[in-house]
Amino acid sequence: MAFSSNLPLAAMSRLAWRNLWRNHRRTLIMLLAISVGVWAMIFMTALMRGMVDQMIEDGIVALPGFVQIHHPGYRDDPSIENSLAPPGPRLLEALRDQEVSGWTTRVRVPAMISSERSSRGVTLLGVDPEGEIALGFDPASIVEGRFLESPEDKGLVIGRKLLERLETDLGKRVVVMSQDPDNDIADRGFRIVGVYKGKLEGLEEGFIYAGRSTVQLLLKMGQQISEIAIAGRDYRDVEQLYQLVNDAADEDSEVKPWGELDTYLGLMLGVMDGFVLVWVLIIFLALSFGLVNTLMMAVFERIREIGLMQALGMKPSAILYQVLLESLMLLTLGLLIGNLLAFLSVLPIRDGLDLSVVSQGMEMMGVSSVLYPALKLRDLVMANVVVIILGILTSLLPAWRASQYRPVEAISKT
Amino acid sequence: MAEIKCIDLCKTYVQGDATIKALDHVTLDIEQGSFICLSGPSGSGKTTLLNAIGGLDELDSGEISINDERVDLLSKGPLADLRLHHIGFVFQAYNLIEVLTARENVEFVMQVQGVSAKQRKLKSMAILKEVGLEGMENRRPAQLSGGQQQRVAVARAIVSQPKLVLADEPTANLDSVSAAHLMELFCELNQNHDVTFLIATHDERVMRYAERLIRMQDGKVISDELQINT
Repeated sequence: MAFSSNLPLAAMSRLAWRNLWRNHRRTLIMLLAISVGVWAMIFMTALMRGMVDQMIEDGIVALPGFVQIHHPGYRDDPSIENSLAPPGPRLLEALRDQEVSGWTTRVRVPAMISSERSSRGVTLLGVDPEGEIALGFDPASIVEGRFLESPEDKGLVIGRKLLERLETDLGKRVVVMSQDPDNDIADRGFRIVGVYKGKLEGLEEGFIYAGRSTVQLLLKMGQQISEIAIAGRDYRDVEQLYQLVNDAADEDSEVKPWGELDTYLGLMLGVMDGFVLVWVLIIFLALSFGLVNTLMMAVFERIREIGLMQALGMKPSAILYQVLLESLMLLTLGLLIGNLLAFLSVLPIRDGLDLSVVSQGMEMMGVSSVLYPALKLRDLVMANVVVIILGILTSLLPAWRASQYRPVEAISKT
Repeated sequence: MAEIKCIDLCKTYVQGDATIKALDHVTLDIEQGSFICLSGPSGSGKTTLLNAIGGLDELDSGEISINDERVDLLSKGPLADLRLHHIGFVFQAYNLIEVLTARENVEFVMQVQGVSAKQRKLKSMAILKEVGLEGMENRRPAQLSGGQQQRVAVARAIVSQPKLVLADEPTANLDSVSAAHLMELFCELNQNHDVTFLIATHDERVMRYAERLIRMQDGKVISDELQINT
């Protein structure tokens, strides 16, 4: 007696495909549900990913850099006493590595800025303009006047919002006060030469830019600096850059990657990855009820036929595969349509989605009002793989039930 | 194949408070190449006996052997193999697969058996012609009459020339000409290919073809006699 074979895949596929379209309306409704679910998974993930990416990128530009070197006490007390020497030959050599896309040295101290009408506490940045631009400062963000031209520039560039708060204007003079190494007040009059528009209002209000040498002179700190900021190629892959800089930096300095410099930003990355998975699972959970119900109904409607196929010699395992194949076809079709919808939704807004109507809320979250969706391959793969794997697992119940009918009982069902 | 031994078969069904004895200590020997009709009123146990021999239904007690292999002891997989390779079924209702055409329905068993596409096509076209469905190969069951569907079911049962055909009222929906033609086909397969036929029927026309007629009532065999074919 020969013991063989189940239905070949080609025949099983044909049967599964036709079974799928026995009840057009039900299949179309289920396809719609899967497609919309998959679209929602991918599209919303792209928006969220874009928002978080932007949040992190803006945060890194504001830091700035992927890695920073400070005096070990600077992060607890960002005063002039906790400054460090400019980069030595060993560090300069490391900064020429291809991992480094740009670097700069800065003086960064708390200060007070006063106009004739108002005063505000700010962070005074003594910068080298070229280095700032290399680290992400966008010259196009200067909305009035100009950016600094050299480290010796005597002008001051302030944010649009701060200009408004100080009730002053471009070309007017303001006084900037801080403390020198002897804890004496160091102050100087600066003319406002430029006004910048920050991605966040908080940045516009909090940071003022002056030439690095001018600030060093004001604070009587010689060539000392507050920080060395280094940018790399990909903020997600900062470990190699960090090792390179850490190995070359002075032992009495502190080297930190961006995730440790701003722990909120660092956590965001991990939280986002977890969020994507949870989001995909929640949508799938909603989908799975429909999927199980559809397959259960499809199986229930043709119990008699399933019994017949068993009577004709189809093994229970082949019946199981048959129902799973139907589910796989339904899922694959739904995924194709869902992916296509997601692409078509992201395409028109790839240059940014203007959310300025809710800019205040976005600002509170640390995000600018233009949202750039980020359609990542890994998110696409995750959504598709989760739907396929969990979809098949979910379909196991109706498939198993179909395979367990006793032929004589199934055939006699009306 | 196919020498069948049924020893003391018992099967009861419970319907509400009532217990129905579908098979009540039935013992039968069926020799290879037999052409046997089971007759009796509805509920006499004909269909249950066919289902038990085909491994579609479980017995309460008793033994069924086909060529000394205990069918009643086989698990689902080997039973499926037994049906696939050695038994052809014709059911009381037409029982075709709705989404397949007449030809695809006929080819289904051969497909599961792994017969090549070319062979399947040749055999299915020939058998459909034989049962009078030439030109209707690509129609789906819904596009065929009851009689035509029954002929497709018969074609499917015999296309791979099983050694045993279990047929439950195969002529129930056929006109007298088609019924006679079908029975001639059964007889030809029985005589030339040594196929064993066990046919449950009410139809006197069918009984005339049988070489052995077994009458059942209330789950019991009440007579078992050889008859001379007319």
